[in-house]
Amino acid sequence: MKIGVPRESRPGERLVAATPTTVAQLRKLGYEVVVEAGAGVAASYPDVAFAEAGATVVAADEVWTSDIVTTVDVPAEERLAALRPGTTLVSMMAPHSRPELIERLAGRGVTALALDAVPRISRAQSLDVLSTLSNVAGYRAVIEAAEEFGGMFTGQVTAAGKTPPANVFVIGAGVAGLAAIGAAGSLGAQVRAFDVRPEVGEQIESMGAQFVQAEAAQQEVSADGYAAALTAEQERQTALMYAQETAQADVVITTALVRGTAPTTVTAAMVAAMRPGSVIVDLAAPGGGNCELTVPGERVVSDNGVVVLGYTDLTSRMPRHTSQLFGTNIVHLMQLLTPERNGEMTLDLEDPVQRGMTVVHDGEVLWPPPPVQVSALPAVEQVEPVDHAELARVAQQTAQRRRTRRTVLAGLGAVLLALMLTVSPDQTQQHFTVFALAVVVGYYVIFNVKHALHTPLMAQTNAISGIILVGALLQIGSADVVVSTIAFAAASVASINIFGGFLVTYRMLGMFRKDA
Amino acid sequence: MHLTSLVGAVYLIAALLFILSLAGLSTQATARRGNLFGMAGMVLALAATVALALENSERPVLVTLLLIALVFIIGATAGIWRARSVEMTQMPEMIAILHSFVGLAAVLVGFNSYLTEPAETVHQVEVFLGVFIGAITFTGSVVAYLKLSARMSSAPLMLPRRNTLNLVALIASLGLLVWFVGQNALVPLLVMTVVALALGWHLVASIGGGDMPVVVSMLNSYSGWAAAAAGFMLGNDLLIVVGALVGSSGAILSYIMCKAMNRSFISVILGGFGADTGTPAADSGDHGEHREVLAEEVAGMLRAARTVVITPGYGMAVAKAQYPVADLVSRLRASGVDVRFGVHPVAGRLPGHMNVLLAEAKVPYDIVLELDEINDDLAQTDVVLVIGANDTVNPAALEDPGSPIAGMPVLEVWNAGQVVVFKRSMATGYAGVQNPLFFRENTAMLFGDAKDQVEKIVLALAADSVSGAPALSAR
Repeated sequence: MKIGVPRESRPGERLVAATPTTVAQLRKLGYEVVVEAGAGVAASYPDVAFAEAGATVVAADEVWTSDIVTTVDVPAEERLAALRPGTTLVSMMAPHSRPELIERLAGRGVTALALDAVPRISRAQSLDVLSTLSNVAGYRAVIEAAEEFGGMFTGQVTAAGKTPPANVFVIGAGVAGLAAIGAAGSLGAQVRAFDVRPEVGEQIESMGAQFVQAEAAQQEVSADGYAAALTAEQERQTALMYAQETAQADVVITTALVRGTAPTTVTAAMVAAMRPGSVIVDLAAPGGGNCELTVPGERVVSDNGVVVLGYTDLTSRMPRHTSQLFGTNIVHLMQLLTPERNGEMTLDLEDPVQRGMTVVHDGEVLWPPPPVQVSALPAVEQVEPVDHAELARVAQQTAQRRRTRRTVLAGLGAVLLALMLTVSPDQTQQHFTVFALAVVVGYYVIFNVKHALHTPLMAQTNAISGIILVGALLQIGSADVVVSTIAFAAASVASINIFGGFLVTYRMLGMFRKDA
Repeated sequence: MHLTSLVGAVYLIAALLFILSLAGLSTQATARRGNLFGMAGMVLALAATVALALENSERPVLVTLLLIALVFIIGATAGIWRARSVEMTQMPEMIAILHSFVGLAAVLVGFNSYLTEPAETVHQVEVFLGVFIGAITFTGSVVAYLKLSARMSSAPLMLPRRNTLNLVALIASLGLLVWFVGQNALVPLLVMTVVALALGWHLVASIGGGDMPVVVSMLNSYSGWAAAAAGFMLGNDLLIVVGALVGSSGAILSYIMCKAMNRSFISVILGGFGADTGTPAADSGDHGEHREVLAEEVAGMLRAARTVVITPGYGMAVAKAQYPVADLVSRLRASGVDVRFGVHPVAGRLPGHMNVLLAEAKVPYDIVLELDEINDDLAQTDVVLVIGANDTVNPAALEDPGSPIAGMPVLEVWNAGQVVVFKRSMATGYAGVQNPLFFRENTAMLFGDAKDQVEKIVLALAADSVSGAPALSAR
């Protein structure tokens, strides 16, 4: 089948749904790929590069007649109107907020897969473009803030005095928030972060930021992977904490989105309390903004000189890598849809991931999909409450019993051994003394041997256990031919051990060399 | 009897040298000295023994001397030839066959001791035990050798009532011991030898190929006990000391291996992996999707990484990928990447086998770390390459109490930033357990022959260092 990659139609969009790298991967799956001339230019992928990767560079009309068309944003009206029935459109389409678009697509008789409707389950993560875009947006938010901020992010001590590191406060530790924490941290800033879900505290700290706790503001572990709205008391506590944190911060990056809508986290009063020259980057601007002053798509400066950035095109500002990551998400999707790797797409509506994304199937509206449970949860619920004290008591009892049994057995063994040695001749007693001491020495000596040398150790013990040759050699001079023959045979095999064992150990040890 | 006293003294020196030799093996820096100590001890002991044998010879001295010379010629020819030609991947077979020689020698020496020395109860018991242990070691090692060299199916032989069979053999041997002590006849000794040979065969035949590391260490231990038993029957302290050293060495190695697999020693010996756990819990359904990458992308990850850990498994040796891996490592280290190896105790077919294979490929031993040494560092590692390993990196061992490998210590590679698993296909590992690691979001699968794939990565890295192109360039 043929996959078409058109030039994006939304004004200002610099992304492209495939890059030369992902084109090569798509072709590996058996697909033919056509790319519209100039599709990747804004993302610095020239047509030549696509052609080198095996794509055919063609005019727009031909791209749109492909079996599968992949785009970043929903295509423009005239393109939608020209879609042939039976075509599969793969794109972000915000199906929950655009019922009229879905109706139109259904009217065209196409199949539509919404990249932004991938169920949030762990195995679908590799095709989740929202994670991809959030990650890029989080990183870019820090870069934008750094540009606006009149100081350095990292603290410095120089001959001309010292500058403190910038204080960055991140609200919401989703994918974007964590990416922002990472980027700000690696620029040298002091990062503090907050999230209503207590379980992400660990992730925040693993990224090198300090997890800000608000008393009673934290929620229980979320059931579906998303944050939920707060209660009134929680909200009061949280607002208090926000006020304290933002007043101290040089840069505030707010990423709070609760089911597609942006709650207010930074009020006008909080902005007024911030230092002049501070920067707020509102990643929730597409949903209206977390900051009361945010104007989506615009840079606003408050009365007291705080810059509020409400850019909605952050991902487009890094088109090269964003396209690469986005394109790879599409490759993962196509891998899922092409189990045979034969270039034929098969849509399995029984699979919750594919079902969740399929908004329209051959002209039939399939939105909204049945709810999908987050994969990790059922297992947790099945665990029955365990009485830890009871468990500990049982374990202790078992250990106690085992100890008693061991003591009794050891005592019995000692008595038995003593009895046996009492009735055996003196010589045997002496030999046994040697034997027992040698076992103890062996135990301590061998436990010291490094694991890395266990194979040479075995070869060496092979060699020295060839010492049994001694017994055979002493019998070899016997006048009895049978004894002599048997001794000869025994000595011969044992001597193979001695020579072979020592030499192979020597050879192995010669290979171990230290880093020069 | 001046000579006997002198020989006794020399034996004591030799025994001390053997202890020093094993002590020397504790670190790589002193290992070679240990090897030489062992050789010196052996030369001393043999020289003394030859002198004594000539002194006590009941035939013309020249004949005895000739026979002894012939023994050494045979031993040196066969031994030196094998030691030089053996491939490092074949070390397990070599060690197994060497065990069988000790076992065979113990049986033969035991028979001779019976034929030449007067019948005393204690001596008879010693002979009987020596032959018994020697015979089990002999056939057991032969079977282990056949299984390891794939001349025999590595699947466990599952005879019905196999544990009862073993028990019957033991009880029969006990009965034969009573008969032997009572009558001092050859027949019970011979019958017992046959029974013990069969027992040794059956014991090892019913153990699966994957448990062979434990079996080989166990046989190492048996060969030691056989030597010690020979020492008792000949009244020779040197043999007793060496036997005890080797016996405890093998026992400790078996113990370490069992612990690394979280299996009890008894269950390994009684055979058949999984036989004690019943059928492994059926594939617990939806594991999710795995993500596939290409060698070139892995090269990109490695270029961007600061710390890399490679966890090899036996699959790496099977694909002979250790040489390109060593090449990859030296290349990455030359460009400033911190590369280390994490070796699980059961990686390979012998304890410490993987270390030898890596050493052969000229990987410096100080970057090859053990499970305990590397596990805490994995969380700070950027990229982990899992090459030919499966069960030893399975998170189910820690997270799923119902898993057949639950409780086994594993390399916690999933804590690293990015994991790349080199694998032929999505098939399960030796334990037949699916590995949830493959479906983690930070895991990528690189399918294909490990050697080819590593070579491709090396090529990609080489191409970049020549053209000087920046990371993630459009290709």
